[in-house]
Amino acid sequence: MASEAAVLEQTHEQDEHLWEGGKSPFKASYGKLMMWYFLVSDAFTFAGFLIAYGALRFSSETWPLADFVFEKIPFFSHTKAPLVFVTFMTFVLIASSVTMVRAVQEGHRENKNGAVKWLVLTMVGGLIFLSSQAWEWTTLIAKEGVTIHTNPFSRHIDEGTYLSAADLEGMGFTKVEKNVHGTPATYFLPAGAADIEENRYFVKVDHFGNSFAGKEFKAGDSYLITINHDTHMYEPGAYKSASGAVLKEAFGPRAFGALFFFITGFHGFHVFSGVCFLTIVAINTASGIYLRRRNGHEMVEKIGLYWHFVDLVWVFVFLVFYLL
Amino acid sequence: MEGHMSYEEQKKLVFYGLKLLGTITIVEVLVALLARGHLIEGVEFTGFMHYVYMALMAGFSLYKAYFIVYNFMHMAHEVKSLRWSVLLPTLLLVWAIIAFFQEGNSWKERRERVHELHHSAPTGDATGAVDEAPDTYRLPG
Repeated sequence: MASEAAVLEQTHEQDEHLWEGGKSPFKASYGKLMMWYFLVSDAFTFAGFLIAYGALRFSSETWPLADFVFEKIPFFSHTKAPLVFVTFMTFVLIASSVTMVRAVQEGHRENKNGAVKWLVLTMVGGLIFLSSQAWEWTTLIAKEGVTIHTNPFSRHIDEGTYLSAADLEGMGFTKVEKNVHGTPATYFLPAGAADIEENRYFVKVDHFGNSFAGKEFKAGDSYLITINHDTHMYEPGAYKSASGAVLKEAFGPRAFGALFFFITGFHGFHVFSGVCFLTIVAINTASGIYLRRRNGHEMVEKIGLYWHFVDLVWVFVFLVFYLL
Repeated sequence: MEGHMSYEEQKKLVFYGLKLLGTITIVEVLVALLARGHLIEGVEFTGFMHYVYMALMAGFSLYKAYFIVYNFMHMAHEVKSLRWSVLLPTLLLVWAIIAFFQEGNSWKERRERVHELHHSAPTGDATGAVDEAPDTYRLPG
């Protein structure tokens, strides 16, 4: 041993010159430090989006309920399973975070093959998450008709009863039957009203063909305006409100779709770029280049920081979109 | 870095993390379903309970965030100055959240006020002020 005193002296010297350049006062490498600061800035970007979501939601009278919007699961289209699918997605992301920690640990031990194995498993997790998100988006866009400017999901602000065709005709509405995009469409117009979109009332039928005529609802109940994929028309159901007026389902807050797609899309884009980086890092690890650097596979650690951050952001996306 | 932890201890921490985060997530979802009346017929969190619910959810999420940052991202093992240089700027967001949510709420109140004034104007609809969607159709008579 070169004597403990000498080592202590050296440490002392290092402390003295800590802030004078040449070494990191944070005892972290430049690369890791910059990854941390990139993540701070990225956190602010996400926070900006999520705060915009909160502000718009606070400014709205109604907001679609997550347990109604996200109650679909793949393969069982008729089953209502609120929040089940998104819980699965959350688990996938947590699991991929865990495999990432394992990759970093194996990297520290300079265990090249172990690191590659866990990196590949992390990538698989990322890909499952992305596929799940693709399914979720497809359901919302192609099946339910949510776009960045139209939101068919909302909640009733009053109690009422859905009307049947006979009810509407008995109340003086005119039945219109015509071909739209080659498909027969049936709707009702108030007496003497012009045949424009604003005046069209439909008998409520959901995507599975179930009729809602005669069904009662309370204030606060969720609904989805049916989109007819053959006629390309949204079909807002006609109902009689407690005050006796004939109304039709109003579209939900417009910002909902845009916020959902932009925020989960921005997060999904992070997952996608994460998978790309992981691929590169896994290939490099396998090639042995990080092993030769003898720095405990620091590159794996840096991509690990990024990957955990993506999981961290999901914690908050999950909170605001699905839990609150 | 993790020099003071044995390899076995490290591995244990990882699977402890998996169990912890998974359990919190399940609890969160169960509470969310309970709050919306999916689990027990007739039980739904409204009024004060709704605020309790929101605080609970935010608390769970913040704990998950803390666990990920401190254990998975090893913030616990970084020096104090690095910790603060990352956490302090992030704390500013607390102000942003309060300010913008209040602002959003005030947009709503102002919109309601305008709506109210518009509908109670003396030159308005003689049938009386009714809060109705603009596409409302009233039965004749």
